[in-house]
Amino acid sequence: MNLNHLAYFIAALVATFGFGVLYNVPTRTLFASSFAGAVGWIVYYILSFQLELDLFVGVGVAAFLVAYFSQWYARHFKMPVIVFAIPGIIPLVPGGSAYNMMRAFIEGSSEMALMYATETFLISGAIALGLSVNSGLFQVFSNRAFEKRDKRYLP
Amino acid sequence: MQKYPVADILDVCVEAGRVMLENGAETYRVEDTLYRIAKSYNLVYINVFVVPTALILTVQGEDGQDHTELLRMTDRQTNLEKVSMVNDLSRQLAQRALAPDKVKLKLTNIKNTPRNFSTWQRNLAIAFACGSFPLLFGGTYDDMLPAFIAGGLGHILFEVVNDWTNVSFFAEMVASFFIGLLALLFTTSGFGDDVNIIIIGSVMSLVPGMAITNSFRDLMAGHLLAGVAVLAKAFLTAGAIGIGIAMVLTFL
Repeated sequence: MNLNHLAYFIAALVATFGFGVLYNVPTRTLFASSFAGAVGWIVYYILSFQLELDLFVGVGVAAFLVAYFSQWYARHFKMPVIVFAIPGIIPLVPGGSAYNMMRAFIEGSSEMALMYATETFLISGAIALGLSVNSGLFQVFSNRAFEKRDKRYLP
Repeated sequence: MQKYPVADILDVCVEAGRVMLENGAETYRVEDTLYRIAKSYNLVYINVFVVPTALILTVQGEDGQDHTELLRMTDRQTNLEKVSMVNDLSRQLAQRALAPDKVKLKLTNIKNTPRNFSTWQRNLAIAFACGSFPLLFGGTYDDMLPAFIAGGLGHILFEVVNDWTNVSFFAEMVASFFIGLLALLFTTSGFGDDVNIIIIGSVMSLVPGMAITNSFRDLMAGHLLAGVAVLAKAFLTAGAIGIGIAMVLTFL
């Protein structure tokens, strides 16, 4: 942890906070969701850029972590998970690769464009996978009276 | 337990579904909540079908009659506080079923809750968010102020044009064109380092990140129709942004 990490952490915090305000997150949970988003982004940065793992792995782990924080907050504040998860994943959204894809298409280099398109697709898939795996695990492990519980409405 | 007319209960359910769907809840959450509300009034054979633009609810009352209600949705926005309030309401109902009139009154209160922040505060917040994105996308500190200005003005322009024309595709195109132009202007006048980083950072306020992720979640939960519909909307938005930026990039 050095000064750079702190700057990135604050940047991610501000970004998540701004989107929380845009999506009208309840005021008393704004900082909680910002914190989840910032931690998620720092983990993504360390895994993907410093340890140089695949982007897919970094984003997946970060999304899993954001979802874990969100589940915990949801129980603590007694609010739905999306109140925390939607602002929290904003810094992970592949805006950069989507832009690069568009730019490559316009400049006529469709091979590069296809590469960036794959990257965009994989990253958004990894975000969704992280969230889904986490909610699945929570469904199984969070409730002791698993057998007695009313089943969710899943048509 | 007291008995209420099925039509009243259905009205309450549909109203709750409308508030949730209008404010950006996922489709499976709406289905689950409506199912629970209907169940707390002892209705049977409950079937809920929700897509982002419509909602169908069929139940059978104790007289053996089937009742159906259909709701067509037009505009959607994101207001997570209202989603959370309806969620709370459905929890209360699961513990103790209130009279439908009272529930309807509570739903009206929820619907009339003002936003926590004024338009200017929201625009400022989104400008700060856009200003911090260049750092996250590998830019330098010099790119932050241009992205702050371009992102904030771009979002204001998006809201104005969207109110004006009611075509979000067009509004996104205009806003991203404006952002690209502004970023190009900044970098050619020596204000800011990298035009790409500035554009990426300021365009993030329009990028359909939430729609992409929500659609993947819906698809994984087996809601194929809703997932594909939201994905189509996300691609349309991405295309609009791309076209707007592309028009600028041809000047390069």
